Formats: sequence, structure tokens, C-alpha cells
Amino acid sequence: MDTIDKIDSTKLFKKGAEASLFLADWYERKVIIKLRVPKKYRHETLDLQIRSYRTVHEPQLMHEAKKAGVATPLIYLVKVPESAIIMEYIEGQQLKQVLNKVPKQERHELCFKIGESIAKLHSYGLIHGDLTTSNMILNPNGKIFFIDFGLGEKNSELEAQGVDLHLLKRALQSTHYQFWEENLHSVLCGYTSVLGVQIAEKVYEKIREIEKRGRYVEERKQ
Amino acid sequence: MLIAMRKTKKDDSSKYCLGIESSADDFGVGIVTFNGDILANKSDSYIPLEGGIHPREAARHHAEVADKVLKDALSKAGIKPSELSVIAFSQGPGLGPSLRTGATVSRALASYVEVPLVGVNHSVAHIEIGKLKTGAHDPITLYASGGNTMVTAFESGRYRVFGETLDIALGNCLDVFAREAGLKHKKGLPLGAAVELLAAKGGKLVSLPYVVKGMDLSLSGLLTAATAALKKGDCMLEDVCYSLQEHAFSMVTEVTERALAHTEKKEVLLTGGVAANKRLQSMLALIAEEHEAKFNVVPLEFATDNGAMIAWTGTLAYRHGLVTPIDKSYVKLRWRVDKVDVPWIQ
Repeated sequence: MDTIDKIDSTKLFKKGAEASLFLADWYERKVIIKLRVPKKYRHETLDLQIRSYRTVHEPQLMHEAKKAGVATPLIYLVKVPESAIIMEYIEGQQLKQVLNKVPKQERHELCFKIGESIAKLHSYGLIHGDLTTSNMILNPNGKIFFIDFGLGEKNSELEAQGVDLHLLKRALQSTHYQFWEENLHSVLCGYTSVLGVQIAEKVYEKIREIEKRGRYVEERKQ
Repeated sequence: MLIAMRKTKKDDSSKYCLGIESSADDFGVGIVTFNGDILANKSDSYIPLEGGIHPREAARHHAEVADKVLKDALSKAGIKPSELSVIAFSQGPGLGPSLRTGATVSRALASYVEVPLVGVNHSVAHIEIGKLKTGAHDPITLYASGGNTMVTAFESGRYRVFGETLDIALGNCLDVFAREAGLKHKKGLPLGAAVELLAAKGGKLVSLPYVVKGMDLSLSGLLTAATAALKKGDCMLEDVCYSLQEHAFSMVTEVTERALAHTEKKEVLLTGGVAANKRLQSMLALIAEEHEAKFNVVPLEFATDNGAMIAWTGTLAYRHGLVTPIDKSYVKLRWRVDKVDVPWIQ
């Protein structure tokens, strides 16, 4: 941390599973310092590989996402040896906190927007890799920012796109189980609106195929 | 009606539930009191001569040993069949022929003794026995066995799945690798334990795929790569076992930690057959510590498939008014944990 210069009043903002987020002032900007802390449970070599890889890839993918038309925080600085990324602080709330509270119509609109953004990423050859409502921030202007691209990749294959959406479906089922079906429906409507029915249908077919591969799923045939 | 008739003034310590587990290679019978004392937990395992579990052979084994295991359990518990209040059985998920054998025995016994039958979800039973034996109350559970690998936690009436394998189960990954390496399943030393012993002698990390997708993970590529590394011949078996464990366990631990951070629960529970592995235990203990949560691991006897977990979960269900009429007691091969209501948790 001491090698990251010009940081005032650093405080722990959120301790995630993979990284700790610090809120700090950096050259008069409000920033988030994302620090991938070493994991004691992992073999040291494996741990360093994983942290370095994700620290390098995440900013790249966030940059690519902007080109695809999906809002992500600005990246100010990347320090690979410390596994640290300094990025813009986005004012707003995680969608996880918002989604269960807003009226039905607004919920559907938000899910539609999520679907549109995912479609933009996919059509640009980007996979987010961890699509949950914790990783989307709604700012006061109603704009959705995608964060946490650490598990993402550049990949245009149907398989990767299918898994990406499957993960979101799973997140909706576990965290927003009351309305997961209608939420998913709105997400898919947004997704289809960008990619068109033909392409979207192929991705949906892939999702069904992926789900059949899992253990003990209704859809799977003997 | 039946429930009302059976309600007597007996206290919970003298009411008994007998549970039958037969979802895969083990045929187990457990007897528990309604307040959670385990009076008997007997089982007999089918050990294939070669390869993995052959479902029909496993079912044949179960049918052959059912009588003996039942007798052993009743004699250990020191009770007569007529003293039982309810019969529970593993209704799924699992292998069809194996499950059906256990279900047939259970139906016969329930009809003979004239007590209600309760179908129990095998995955829920692994979680419940873990909670009973460790005192965990509301944990994030990693349930890892030969057939299942999932991270679950209770939320609004059900155990929700926060993460799971997208393909093969953790125990299956270790078992198949062990067979590829020519290891044999011996009585008292399952293949996973054989891999653990070898891994303890290794120490050189071989680079293998590490595939975490959100809260889910994929193990099939890891298995293929580990097998290929071994077949190539320039790595020691001990080192490949070590590296396989390091990669696979780190993946499930990462996913469990994600769920822990996401749900902010204060307990971690490790259950299922792979819970016996000391290295996996130590990894999970570390993340629990990191998040100021209490780490719990199910005792070995109740880690692998067993009748006691079915009996105990049957007790919980029965006491909350759940019974399974004979005509609804068909087995459910793909009965997911998140499809089961668990009214006994508030």
C-alpha cells in the first residue's frame, strides 16, 4: 500500500471475498482502491498467478466494455506487484439492494437495461464472468455501471455467452427468488432487443444445453 | 388422520425414526430418537471390482444386504420394529436402481409396521446431519461428495444454491483421476482418501486449469489436464495428486468464500464425503477465520452417505406434518435441494 502514492484518508469500504475495496482521496478525486489480498488457503504460486492475472485483465476488460457502450468506472492506475487497481468511485447503489425494493414497472425496466448491456458486451466479444446484481451499480441518473470484471475474458464463443447468462439466472434465483422468472424475462427481452431474435435464440439454446450438463437438473435426460 | 392417531404421550426420547439411505454405493440404516440421539448407524458399501459404480450392480448389492443391515441397526438400537414411529427414506437425488431398492424396502417396512413414510431429500439430509452433529445453526454449507458439489444457505423457506459445479462433482473428479492413475478402491480406504495420502507426499505444484465462473466452478477440464499430466510421464503421481487437490480445493474454497461474503452468514459447514479431506478442511477453516465465521465440519461417520442423516431429517419433516403417501413415494433422480421446502427452519 505504501507504494501507492498520494492517498489520503484511506478507509475500508467493502471487504469482498476476492478483494478489499478502500475508499480514498487521490489527487482530489474520490477513488476506489481495489486490492486483491493474498489468500492464505491457496498455494503461494497459484495465488500470485491468479491475483496478477485478474489484476491485469480486469482494467483491460473494463476499458473494452466502454468501447462496447457499457458504463464502467474509469481506471486511474494499475499496480500489478501489489495486485492493486485505483479506479473512479461511482456514486450510487448496488442493484442487489435496489431490485427487490422498486415497483414492478421500474424493476422490469432495470432488468431490461441489464439485458441490453450484457448483449452489448457479448456482441463486442466480451464475457463479464461474474454477472450478479452485486456487480452492477445504479447511479442517481439511472445509469447502470458494470464492475468486477476480474473473472471476465475476451471470448466470442456461444458457450461463454451462455455460461455468462446462466450465471445471471442463478444469481436472480438465489438473491431475488421472489420474482426471478419475470426479472429474467425482462433481462432476456433487453438482450434480444440488441442482438436480434436469431442470435439471441442461439444463446438461449446454449443455456439450456449448459443446464443439462449440470448434476440433478430436471431438464437433463437420462 | 394417521398422524393424529399416532400422537401419544410418549416424550421425544422414546419416539424413534428409522432412515434408509441407498442413493449410490452405500446401503445405510440409521435409527434416531425424535430429539436427535443417534441410536444406530449401520451400512454396507458396494465396492466395484473395477471402474465406477455400476447402478444395477449397486442395486443388487443393496437388495442382498438390506435384511442384514436392518437387523444390525435394530439390534444396535435395542428396539423392535413395532416401536418405530416413522420410516424415512432417501427419495433422491441419486442413481435410479439404487434409490428404488431403498424405497422398496422402506415401503415394505412402513406397511408392515403400519407407520407413516417420509421421503427425504438426500442433499438436505447431508446439511441437516452436519448441523445436528456440529451445532451449526444457520451456516453457509459446502456439500461436496461423489455426486454433488454445491454451496448452499437457508433463505426464505428453502436451502438456496449459491454456487455449484457446472459439470462433475468434486468427489467424482478425485475418484476418476485415482482410477486413471491405477489406484484401487479398498474397504476402509476410498479413492479420495488414497489421493489425499499421495498428495501429502507431493509438494511440487504442476500448473493445471483453475476455472471459477462467478459463484460456479468447472472441474472437468481440471480432471482432463491432471490425467494428461500424469500420462505424459514427466510428473510424479504424488505431485499430480497434490496439484489436483490444490487447484480443485482452492476453487471450491473461493466459491464458498464468495457466498460467505455475499450472504454475510457467521458459520461455515463442510459436509459430504469429501469433508473427510484434511486439506479441504484447513482451507475452509482459513476463510471462515477471515470472515469471522465459525468453521464446522461433519464428523467422518456422518460425512459419507449414511442412514442416520435420513432418519434425522425424516424426524424433522415428520414433526412438521410432512409424510409421503405410498402412491407418492416414487424416487426422484434429479431432485434439487432448492426444490425442497424445509418448514422446520424459521
